[in-house]
Amino acid sequence: MSGRVWKFGDDVDTDALAPGAYMRSPPAELAAHCLETLDARFAGEVRAGDFVVAGRNFGMGSSREQAAQSLLLLGVTAVIARSFGGIFYRNAFNLGLAALISADVERIESGHRLDVDAPNGVIENRTTGERLCCEPVPEHLAALVRAGGLIPYLQATRGARS
Amino acid sequence: RPHPDPVREDTMDTAPRPQTLAEKIIARAAARSSVLPGEIVTCKVDLAMLHDSGGPRRVAPLLERLGATVWDPSRVVLVSDHYVPAVDAESAAILKLTREWAATQGIDGFYDQQGICHVVLPERGHLRPGLFVVGGDSHSPSGGALGCFMFGIGATDMAGVLASGETWIKVPATIAIRWNGLLGDGVSAKDMALAMCARLGMDGGAYQAIEYSGETVRALTPLERLTLCNMAAELGAQAGMIEPDAATAQYVRSAGGDPGDWQSLRSDPDAEYLQVHEFDGAALAPQVAAPHSPANAAPVDDADAVDLDVCYIGACTGAKLDDLQMAARVLRGRTVARRVRLLLAPASARTTAAAARDGTLATLMDAGAILLPSGCGACAAMGAGRLARDEVCLSSTARNFRGRMGDPSSRVYLASPYTVAASAVTGHLTDPRELLSPEPGA
Ligand code: SF4
Repeated sequence: MSGRVWKFGDDVDTDALAPGAYMRSPPAELAAHCLETLDARFAGEVRAGDFVVAGRNFGMGSSREQAAQSLLLLGVTAVIARSFGGIFYRNAFNLGLAALISADVERIESGHRLDVDAPNGVIENRTTGERLCCEPVPEHLAALVRAGGLIPYLQATRGARS
Repeated sequence: RPHPDPVREDTMDTAPRPQTLAEKIIARAAARSSVLPGEIVTCKVDLAMLHDSGGPRRVAPLLERLGATVWDPSRVVLVSDHYVPAVDAESAAILKLTREWAATQGIDGFYDQQGICHVVLPERGHLRPGLFVVGGDSHSPSGGALGCFMFGIGATDMAGVLASGETWIKVPATIAIRWNGLLGDGVSAKDMALAMCARLGMDGGAYQAIEYSGETVRALTPLERLTLCNMAAELGAQAGMIEPDAATAQYVRSAGGDPGDWQSLRSDPDAEYLQVHEFDGAALAPQVAAPHSPANAAPVDDADAVDLDVCYIGACTGAKLDDLQMAARVLRGRTVARRVRLLLAPASARTTAAAARDGTLATLMDAGAILLPSGCGACAAMGAGRLARDEVCLSSTARNFRGRMGDPSSRVYLASPYTVAASAVTGHLTDPRELLSPEPGA
């Protein structure tokens, strides 16, 4: 994975990712408001392959899956954070969005370019030339990402059973 | 399954490992004699709760893709609470879809606009000690107040549960939070929850199980315990739990449930805890959390001097019968300040009925409260009561994230129903103890 960074702080919540006031709207419209309370340019300017990098407890708050879904719809392929809200973490992998835990997020800023090798837990910061680490993804979650999320995974395993 | 349970030597010992309450419930659901924190196990789900927002409209298409139907409709409870009552074409369509899905899937446990899921489940007897429950909502830890292991999941997770009756879980460690002493008059479970958010932070629960104990917790009513466990979500815990006791059993029976063998559902005396935190209930002052985080809580006397536009008594967290009674004790014989709108959305239809019977509702209305429908409503800017530009609100709800209750420029403070009521009278953040007369008979 390779892309540009959008950097956010600690405790980015699900109301920032998927605002309740737009939850009735179609997914694309909801995604257009993703993170607008923290960075009004984000939804308009984020490009396919970009990364969201943040501090502690990313995705805390509601169980709404649209928080992860909106990032995927905008083209984000992975979120790299110091830690994640537990339900967001489950939801991200269930939808096929990689959630990577890294203690090195202070060494990454908005606009930096990264190469991320998730299976091996290596982040190359091409802007600063630094080699950073993230925790390798547990195998049962890696299996979900490989399948493209829980539903395709269940389709495959249920199909195999019958 | 691609993830066999890791074999650990200590599970092979003959002496059983002492277990916490959370570990016992997970082990039972996983058909194991014991479990270890950190291992991944597959559990049979005793009960799955869905609501209109994250429920059928998200889950039904996923089930269709899987070619699956609900594994056991008697183990599913569905509550329409987020988009009620319908205010526009979209919400009307969501509610209709929810109703139709309940009918086609044969879900008897369907509550259409009867109140907020976290209150409807316990009051209708669906929860009892020892159950392993998933809920399609982040405040699902509420169920731990009655001794369930209950946690929140998203729609895709829920589709997996509904198709298979199972889900995977990474066994959480347990964090003990002990509360000593009895709360003073005018201080409540909400103040305890906010004080814990302030000290431990919104990731203090680290997606583990929190077990609340101690004299303060024992003295709380079952509804107040729901408030405490509800806000385990704001501590970032996966679950919040309280060991069931006679009060739990009595509540479950009165709701029409069977408390079962609740006496056996307790942590072993030598069970291992990840952390132990102690709090002093007797010394606790009413708390107010400043915008935009519950962790910005501090004693009300230290709070900002702000003029309030809206006071909100609502949500699963702050509008159960006990919450309304707290507000009524403050508001009896008083009136809401001219510049303030006091919005009241009782947490369930049964709450409204009970508050009407015991005079609580009349006290609140006489003081000038504006009655809104039971449901999530203003709590998540999904229904009536949305905040306008730059408005300041004091709310009995659980979350004050930026923009949560309406316009992104609005500012929400959080407090107990006592403090919300007292502040509605003065128009600014006020210590409710200044307005409370001594308890009758005290
Ligand atoms: S009242 Fe608020 S916190 Fe409770 S379930 Fe509804 S939206 Fe969530």
